[in-house]
Amino acid sequence: MPGGFSAPALFGQLLLGLINGSFYALLSLGLAIIFGLLNVINFAHGALYMLGAFVGWGLLHYAGIGYWPALILAPVLVGALGVVLERTMLQRLYRLDPLYNLLLTFGLALIIQGLFQSKFGSSGEPYEIPELLRGAKNLGFMVLPIYRGWVTIVSLVVCLTTWFVIERTKIGSYLRAATENPAMVQAFGINVPRMVTLTYGFGVALAAFAGVLAAPIYRVSPGMGADTIIVVFAVVVIGGMGSIMGSIVTGFSLGLIEGLTKVFYPPASNTVVFALMALVLLVRPAGLFGKSS
Amino acid sequence: MTARASRWRSEYTVFAVMTGLLLLAPFVTYPVLVMKGMCLALFGCAFNLLIGYVGLLSFGHAMFLGGAAYAAAHAAKMWALPPELAILFGTAVAAAGGLVVGWLAIRRQGIYFAMITLGLAQMIYFVCLQAKLTGGEDGIQGVPRGTLFGLIDLDDTRAMYGFVLAVFLVGFAILYRVIHSPFGAVLTAIRENEPRATSLGYNTDHYKLIAFVLSAALAGTAGATKALVFQLASLSDVHWTMSGEVVLMTLIGGLGRFTGPVVGAFVIVALEKLFAESGGWVTVAQGVVFVLCVLLFRQGIMGKLSTWLKRPL
Repeated sequence: MPGGFSAPALFGQLLLGLINGSFYALLSLGLAIIFGLLNVINFAHGALYMLGAFVGWGLLHYAGIGYWPALILAPVLVGALGVVLERTMLQRLYRLDPLYNLLLTFGLALIIQGLFQSKFGSSGEPYEIPELLRGAKNLGFMVLPIYRGWVTIVSLVVCLTTWFVIERTKIGSYLRAATENPAMVQAFGINVPRMVTLTYGFGVALAAFAGVLAAPIYRVSPGMGADTIIVVFAVVVIGGMGSIMGSIVTGFSLGLIEGLTKVFYPPASNTVVFALMALVLLVRPAGLFGKSS
Repeated sequence: MTARASRWRSEYTVFAVMTGLLLLAPFVTYPVLVMKGMCLALFGCAFNLLIGYVGLLSFGHAMFLGGAAYAAAHAAKMWALPPELAILFGTAVAAAGGLVVGWLAIRRQGIYFAMITLGLAQMIYFVCLQAKLTGGEDGIQGVPRGTLFGLIDLDDTRAMYGFVLAVFLVGFAILYRVIHSPFGAVLTAIRENEPRATSLGYNTDHYKLIAFVLSAALAGTAGATKALVFQLASLSDVHWTMSGEVVLMTLIGGLGRFTGPVVGAFVIVALEKLFAESGGWVTVAQGVVFVLCVLLFRQGIMGKLSTWLKRPL
């Protein structure tokens, strides 16, 4: 930004940061839930986020199904794919070193990304903002594009609901118990393998949901997942995967920090999250919210 | 015959067969392709030192390959250093990078180690994308191959081929020595049971860091040599896809198999050649090989061959 910066520009970048933060939060939340129960780092998370965006785009483009149904349908479809992947592949590797599942999901990410790259090239497709959310509102200190406000709020609501379900409801207590000691929970008559499958499906559905939300903001492109997921991994290292709320808070804050960096020192905006990761490793290797193992 | 003698005999046989094949290869296929394969093979062997013998999965090794490529290209082009010094410089830069990255990353283990190295590598990628020194999207082009020791003109393909083969064999021999030394035995002990190695009085972090620096340095040698072969240092060598490729090479060849990455590297080069014209399909093919290897073929090619021939490879 040459020649200083103005208040609207500052708030504009902060809002953009908040939006990126929404996606980081949704994605790292899914990663944390999956990791908690499956002990798997889902490398395909970024690709499934991209897939969610493409399913949203495809529903509109091929079937004329608009944004609002897609917001539900795309996560359901991608979540179902997640269930299939877990049942047919991931499940077979739980007894081995968790690195094998990391490699498996990396391979799946390459397949998904490669397929879309060969079909759509790397430039991607535009996705229109739904009619209801077009336009902008003047807040006095800045002009707020309505869609961006919507993304921030709906991500926050989804994140907090997920937190509530896991930390405060009966289903959540089963999930937390199975994270601590699956064998014991199984002994109480709860079907843990099914819970594992559904958890993977849910985490993946969250990624697809983020993908549909992202579609009107960024172009829907095959590469959108890969770059995002690497940042999200850094977010996860910074936050530590021990706590659900930790993932949400870290996700949003790092988005904001990235936005601020874009205002004050643009060249570092791509690298600031990784630099922070290095810093956190020096000070608190287990992550800000992590339990040291 | 003792087990040790048998191991030596079989590994010398492997070494001889490999050298023989590499000497014959340029008569069968494009020399540049084989040179690329040898650079990637050395890269894979360096990577395998960590995953195969210390149990650390680095998902960011491209930063050492690509970083050293830039360093060597810069040294050869801007400072007009001879090729041997340019490669040494690239190696040193990678070793220094490995010291910093390793020092940070060994604070965590397993999955976190993979994510941290990936993140730091992505940071290096963005630095290379934006810095003036690296030429951004263009990279450093037209790197002179120079004259080796002031005697041998490396613009001659045969001379270059011999030089790359020598670099590869020396790197390979160094890694072989390291793994079969008392130091290597401690590394394996750490992989098998770190708390136990600690309780025996070994400072495991120390060992891990040295292994990491060694691995980074030799990955750097590979990258620097590759830059001279192609006369180009570019972003593709620092990109995360390259970090993924080296994992795949090692996996195809067989994790912890000493010659595994060599076989894996040539499989990858062949795969890329096969799908060269078809854009995204090479990524799909790599993904499919990944999934198949992990699900059905965890021993890798050399692992299977070893079981089949009933001797260690």
